[in-house]
Amino acid sequence: MTKPGIDLTPLLRQEMMPTVWCPGCGHGIIARGIATALMSLGLDMDQVAFVGGIGCSGRAPFYFDANSMHTTHGRALAFATGLKMVNPKLTVIVPMGDGDSMAIGGNHLIHAARRNIDITAVVFNNSIYGMTGGQGAPTSPLDSRSTTSPMGSIEPAFDTVELALAAGATYVARTTTFDFQEMPQLIAGAIRHHGFSVVEVLSQCPTYYGRLNKLGEAPDMLLYERDRTKLLEAFGPPPEITREEMVGQLPIGLFRDEERPEYVDQYHGLIARAGGGKSAS
Amino acid sequence: MRLVQGNEAVALAAVHAGCNFYSGYPITPATEIMEMMARQMPKTGGVFIQMEDEIGSIAAAIGAAWGGAKAMTATSGPGFSLMQENLGYACMTQTPVVVVDSQRGGPSTGLPTLPAQGEVMQARYGTHGDHEVIVLTASSVVEAYRMTVEAFNLSERYRLPVILLLDAVLSHMRENVEFPDVPVRERVMPTIDENFLPFGPDAPFVPFGSGHHTVVTGMSHDETGLPKALAGQAVQRILRGVQDRLAHDAREITFYHEMELADADIVLLTYGITARAAREAVGLLRADGVKAGLLDLQTLWPFPEWLILEKTQAAKAVLVPELNLGQYVIPVRAAIAGRCPVESLGRCDGELFTPEAMVEAAKALAHSLEIGGVAHD
Ligand SMILES: Cc1ncc(C[n+]2csc(CCOP(=O)(O)OP(=O)(O)O)c2C)c(N)n1
Ligand code: SF4
Repeated sequence: MTKPGIDLTPLLRQEMMPTVWCPGCGHGIIARGIATALMSLGLDMDQVAFVGGIGCSGRAPFYFDANSMHTTHGRALAFATGLKMVNPKLTVIVPMGDGDSMAIGGNHLIHAARRNIDITAVVFNNSIYGMTGGQGAPTSPLDSRSTTSPMGSIEPAFDTVELALAAGATYVARTTTFDFQEMPQLIAGAIRHHGFSVVEVLSQCPTYYGRLNKLGEAPDMLLYERDRTKLLEAFGPPPEITREEMVGQLPIGLFRDEERPEYVDQYHGLIARAGGGKSAS
Repeated sequence: MRLVQGNEAVALAAVHAGCNFYSGYPITPATEIMEMMARQMPKTGGVFIQMEDEIGSIAAAIGAAWGGAKAMTATSGPGFSLMQENLGYACMTQTPVVVVDSQRGGPSTGLPTLPAQGEVMQARYGTHGDHEVIVLTASSVVEAYRMTVEAFNLSERYRLPVILLLDAVLSHMRENVEFPDVPVRERVMPTIDENFLPFGPDAPFVPFGSGHHTVVTGMSHDETGLPKALAGQAVQRILRGVQDRLAHDAREITFYHEMELADADIVLLTYGITARAAREAVGLLRADGVKAGLLDLQTLWPFPEWLILEKTQAAKAVLVPELNLGQYVIPVRAAIAGRCPVESLGRCDGELFTPEAMVEAAKALAHSLEIGGVAHD
């Protein structure tokens, strides 16, 4: 992993700075985590594509000096699927919001996971809709406040990790913006993994989630992330965890890292069987 | 010569045009295009994928285009409605992609197996915001083949989504055809330097992985692709540029057939499947002494106002039969601007017009205007 102080600027698109993100927003920390992971992998940015949706998180592709696509709300994985299939050489990274990935884009998320296509989805989960001003998300915890749940949410929240595991993603991890030491390592593992990877990063939105739920400023929210999570056995095989044990101890770490036939490979096998000769690129 | 179905012709034409990516979701009456592509793509080294819905289908096609593919998707009304947001994305990002909509009765689930022409306006204006788009249609299996190849060629040339409107009858109809050898516009990879403007006027389409780190966004952006300050003005400049290019090339991109227009008092203006009955109707009317003619459009949008004015100059009336309650007649009427009456002949019951129905409507029109050839009693 790169040490703090390593210059990440060659990976960034200077003309798009400063970012749109509010001071204290966790999304910048995640972007740094992705950049650090890319730096450690030494990938050629000509062959890296970022495909984002719409939301504060969806802006991330603008900030990387790579092939960048900023698509429509929730649909990034579908765009990324077409891109990856015709150009398998590209490393495709999809930064997504929690609303983006699990409300409007939930269908694409589960099907990308089911296919096990070699794409890395990084879910920037701030438990709220940031870009549109603090409305409830499918990840907003029960009783949490948002502008559309002013008396507290009566809906249970999705657990990104459980969803990704159930849908068939072959690399599934969760971390937080507090746990920056682990984050780049988990993201690098996801990029290296040959299959569909989901890395959920619990992020802070001090502007809306923090204010509406009286969680204080960004540093207070980082400590809140620390206190509501518990590290799994240091990146070992996933232990058995019951739902009850999770309360107040949301597990973080690497939940799954396994090989299963990857979709683009499968398709190219099909081309070979059909006698299709050269593959599309 | 062989017996070919309309949908099959579209798939074969797509392969001929160099299509190497197909994404779709099953829907009547377009499904056979997808089934055919599922067989054809692997054989030719192309990619086929059945997506989870039509929103994903068009998204994957656009993504594939940026990956370097010639991409297509096909659907019918309900799916075409779902595609609208991302169609606008293709417009905004100047992405070549072909979308086939085989029209069935609507609205909603409508008449899944019966023909309609209800998406003539949706194809042009369905996605939000100002944009240009090219819309083609066809009235026979061989024309469906030709127009599919042209759809690819035009989308390459103008970096636009091109929509091909078919209908349930044409999709499922079988005709004996000899496929014409329609020339294909090949994509050439230009050499680019650091000053390359990916969204500059007439800029070639350069997919990802070329070394230029292009930013593709549905947000208003300038010629660099970046959503910088004054992006509103920039996007207006870019959209006007597309509009001007299409207007400049109007004669090349407007496909049509005409019949007996030279001395026609009554012009039947049709498009798509409706043209078949109209051709016969013109013959029947002429036999009865009514000077009828036919203008049959294959390019619906950009609206060929110049052509319609040219071809109806001497007409005393225009009749617009269409399988909807009067959509394309609206701009036709606006173009003709009162110079002569423009009558709508519409239906949305899932049936086609018979030549006789058109003859009757044309005669009634002639009669009401006291145009020669119709017996006055
Ligand atoms: C089809 C569509 N519906 C709604 C919106 C408005 N919208 C923009 S971003 C967003 C939600 C953003 O929340 P999230 O995905 O959690 O990302 P965040 O901004 O919190 O990073 C919504 C609803 C949109 N752009 N497109
Ligand atoms: S609104 Fe929230 S999520 Fe969006 S940039 Fe600001 S702090 Fe971040």
